[in-house]
Amino acid sequence: MSNTKIVSPKKDMIFMAILSAVVLTMPLWLQPFGAAYPDLMQKFMIFGIFAIGYNILFGLTGYLSFGHAAFLGVGSYTAVWSFKLLSMNVIPALIFGTVLSGLFALAIGFVSLRRSGIYFSILTLAFAQMSYNLAYSVLTPITNGETGLQLEQADPRVLDRMSGIVADGSLPTPNLFGIEGIGYSGFYICAALMLISFFIYLRIFRSPFGLKLRAIKSNQNRMGYTGFSTRPYLMTAFVISGMYAGLAGSLLAVTDPLAGAERMQWTASGEVVLITILGGVGTLIGPLLGAGIIKYFENIFSAFNDTVLLNAFSFLPDWLAHPVASLVGLFVGEGWHLTLGLVFMLIVIFLPGGIMEGISRLSRLVTNRGKSDSHENKEKEQTSAGEV
Amino acid sequence: MSEYILDVTDVDKNFGGLQALSDINLRVKEGTVHAIIGPNGAGKSTLLNVIVGRLAPSRGRVLLGDQVLTGKEPHEINQLGVARVFQTPEIFPELSLLQNVMVPAFAKREGIFKMNFIKSLFSENEVREHAEHLLEDVGLIDHKDHLAGSMSRGDKRRLELAMCLGQHPKLFLLDEPTAGMARHDTNRTIDLLKRIKERGMTKVIIEHDMHVVFSLADRISVLAQGAIICEGTPEEVRNDPRVKEAYLGGEAE
Repeated sequence: MSNTKIVSPKKDMIFMAILSAVVLTMPLWLQPFGAAYPDLMQKFMIFGIFAIGYNILFGLTGYLSFGHAAFLGVGSYTAVWSFKLLSMNVIPALIFGTVLSGLFALAIGFVSLRRSGIYFSILTLAFAQMSYNLAYSVLTPITNGETGLQLEQADPRVLDRMSGIVADGSLPTPNLFGIEGIGYSGFYICAALMLISFFIYLRIFRSPFGLKLRAIKSNQNRMGYTGFSTRPYLMTAFVISGMYAGLAGSLLAVTDPLAGAERMQWTASGEVVLITILGGVGTLIGPLLGAGIIKYFENIFSAFNDTVLLNAFSFLPDWLAHPVASLVGLFVGEGWHLTLGLVFMLIVIFLPGGIMEGISRLSRLVTNRGKSDSHENKEKEQTSAGEV
Repeated sequence: MSEYILDVTDVDKNFGGLQALSDINLRVKEGTVHAIIGPNGAGKSTLLNVIVGRLAPSRGRVLLGDQVLTGKEPHEINQLGVARVFQTPEIFPELSLLQNVMVPAFAKREGIFKMNFIKSLFSENEVREHAEHLLEDVGLIDHKDHLAGSMSRGDKRRLELAMCLGQHPKLFLLDEPTAGMARHDTNRTIDLLKRIKERGMTKVIIEHDMHVVFSLADRISVLAQGAIICEGTPEEVRNDPRVKEAYLGGEAE
């Protein structure tokens, strides 16, 4: 399917249904890949939300933000504070996390969107690093600095105490009216929110608003001479994507109720850029695929250590096994970012449209073999990175 | 309402020490086609940029009917009813032709900003039919789902015309609408512009091609070195010795 077609809502509903089925049955079909445990699947969902939100900004308007981790961090801190002060129920945590990130995005966007291109990226990066340093040092009373913000037995939890819920013995866990935010139930909470987020994101893609955002990316100059003020559009896209990041951050706190400053560091901002580009910028499900793939491989590769490697290469003679293992060792475990960097380079050079471009190239290859006479027509249509 | 739709009064434009426009007075009657001609570097595009709000004049003012345009942003001026095509077509290359024409139609309906993502593009029948109608008008309907960036230059130009026409502008500015076009493309464009003229749309057109100018214009202003040296009907301008001099006795014949 090409970017240039106007898709009917009916097709979108079918697409939504398929996506929901695929997501909700993840614990089953991820089994053979060894990825069906709740922690990892929660991450798929959370970083999926983060990435689709980021795609609203980067994919639609083309504005490359290097500071989205700041919103993720704000979401996490807010959620943990909501657990501490109000209630262990996830609903207030998610609402406050999302709204506060939105406000934060409004402030950062107000300044950063005065510039475009590289200057915009640098401004967002500067803001995110500022937030990180503030969280790390100056704002210690709010963020608990280096240690990170954690739950305590003695937290007020006003609403919980009012309704007679008292934590006894162990620390309480975040819950949705008794459904715990950890384990499989935690995954389903994340999955439900991801699907809701995705639905809204789909509507944005298909709406006149989304078309105008894409028009801004395509030719901002023409947009001005067409009677649109681009600033409010960019601002809205920026705030929406900030809120998605805030929601993702709150969910991180739901599944594991602590928040640290490192969540706001530039590497975290870079990760979501990477996820989006790897999956396919501006495509619908590209960012979801990117999030899944990166989190999956991060998990697999990080698990390797020297002993595992030596075992794997034990078929080689001893004098060879050690150097080979230590060479490969550079790319796994702690060094898995090296692998990620290499893969990323290959993608950007050979498949600038990301995985989605790869998929649409493959499908074109298959369909073109059937009817080579329509080739010329196809060429002209230039079906860029498949939208669905 | 004054009898002129466009009223440019005493406009100067300086770039540092360079005076690009000096003492420009230009009045365009509603429903006419006014051509601005002149040698390269005469300040034609600068004048257009002043009218659409891309450049602020150093002195003077621009009126659209009774509304002051001077000091307004390009998008505000567009919303007041001024559309422009550029020397190099400014379109949305990554969108389909149909989407290209739909965007300005939304601008006309929704104003400077509207956030609306409840309704899908698919159910915007009115806008889509309007856009399809426009594409048919300029002869591009067969390519409506193609990417605009993949079209030829002539097609891009016609697409840009369709985008502007969809806004029903009070004043339509065209900066060399046939530049770099093959002869048969030029003739097609002239036909199109003539048809638009019949609808009573006021146009200001900058053009080098005298064939185009004399087949379209009701009045002509000749710009040379930032000043208007002559204004009149095509007949008057053709016979004016100053014009011949400005063109070194060349093209005007």
